[in-house]
Amino acid sequence: MALIDLSKKEVHCKIVYYGPGRCGKTTNLLYIYNAMNSAARGKMLTIETKGDRTLFFDLLPLNLGKVNGFDIRIQLYTVPGQTIYEATRKLVLKGVDGLVFVADSLKVRQNKNIESMDDLRRNLREHNLGMNEIPIILQYNKRDLATTPIPTLTVEELEHDLNQELKTRGFEAAATKGIGVFETLKEISKRTVRYVVSKHLMPGSR
Amino acid sequence: MSDLVLTAPVLEEARSQIENALIKAGVHTVLLIDEAGNIVASCGAESERLDTTSLAALAAANFGATSQMAKLIGEDDFSLLFHKGKKDSIHFARVGGNLILITIFGDDVSLGLVRLRVAQLAETIRGVFGFES
Repeated sequence: MALIDLSKKEVHCKIVYYGPGRCGKTTNLLYIYNAMNSAARGKMLTIETKGDRTLFFDLLPLNLGKVNGFDIRIQLYTVPGQTIYEATRKLVLKGVDGLVFVADSLKVRQNKNIESMDDLRRNLREHNLGMNEIPIILQYNKRDLATTPIPTLTVEELEHDLNQELKTRGFEAAATKGIGVFETLKEISKRTVRYVVSKHLMPGSR
Repeated sequence: MSDLVLTAPVLEEARSQIENALIKAGVHTVLLIDEAGNIVASCGAESERLDTTSLAALAAANFGATSQMAKLIGEDDFSLLFHKGKKDSIHFARVGGNLILITIFGDDVSLGLVRLRVAQLAETIRGVFGFES
């Protein structure tokens, strides 16, 4: 649910990075945080936990400039990927306007990717949303490992596992090095803003 | 979750109700947020100084987590959600279906007064936003 403030002329959208545990959702946000001009980004909020897993969520607010006189503010959230934190994921998905599904290219994580996609579908349904109702794109992370001896999935395999039904755009990325991070962000921001604006500010323009 | 579009008159009315009920009673910051963590309105001189974006996101998550805890032990919701600090304390209350009122106040204001005023204000705000009570 986007929030549109007509008195301040601001549009707030919520984009959630979803995906299995340790696939690099927080790494995406950290890279964006470090690479962006401090005027355009807010404070990155990470809830301190032991180890490097996300326990609740991370949040990074961004300003994306103006569309039709409205200031566009985007909040990037991540979810905890580990299966047991389903209740938390459902909570973070509340009011989502756009989604990035970060998939892990490691071969050993193939089932985790599929499991996480099913989990996303189920949790969206609980918020009365279908997978094709809101903007969603895929990011195939850890592509830099494809050239190493570590067994990885090919992009075709990932497409086959995750993108058959969605038929959306997939971006190859290596979040630790920043490859593909901004391409993903740009695409999802564009789609989310278009979705929110056409839904609320200019109905019928879609 | 239904969409919430705010118009200037509705927001102004909500702000002035918050000012009258809480800020005039000595509370220093009041945030009205939605369950997704968006700030609908912020009142009080100190709200400029605080990182309200983070506060709203955490408060929404905190509220959601507590609601889930309530459900696990067979309750619908906990009616009192309150964190006490050395100097400042924070009180949360649900307003209508999907708004949360966060009140931050010092030790010179009693919790009882905050609870009373928040309960009355919640009713008023529900009316302002046109929620069913």
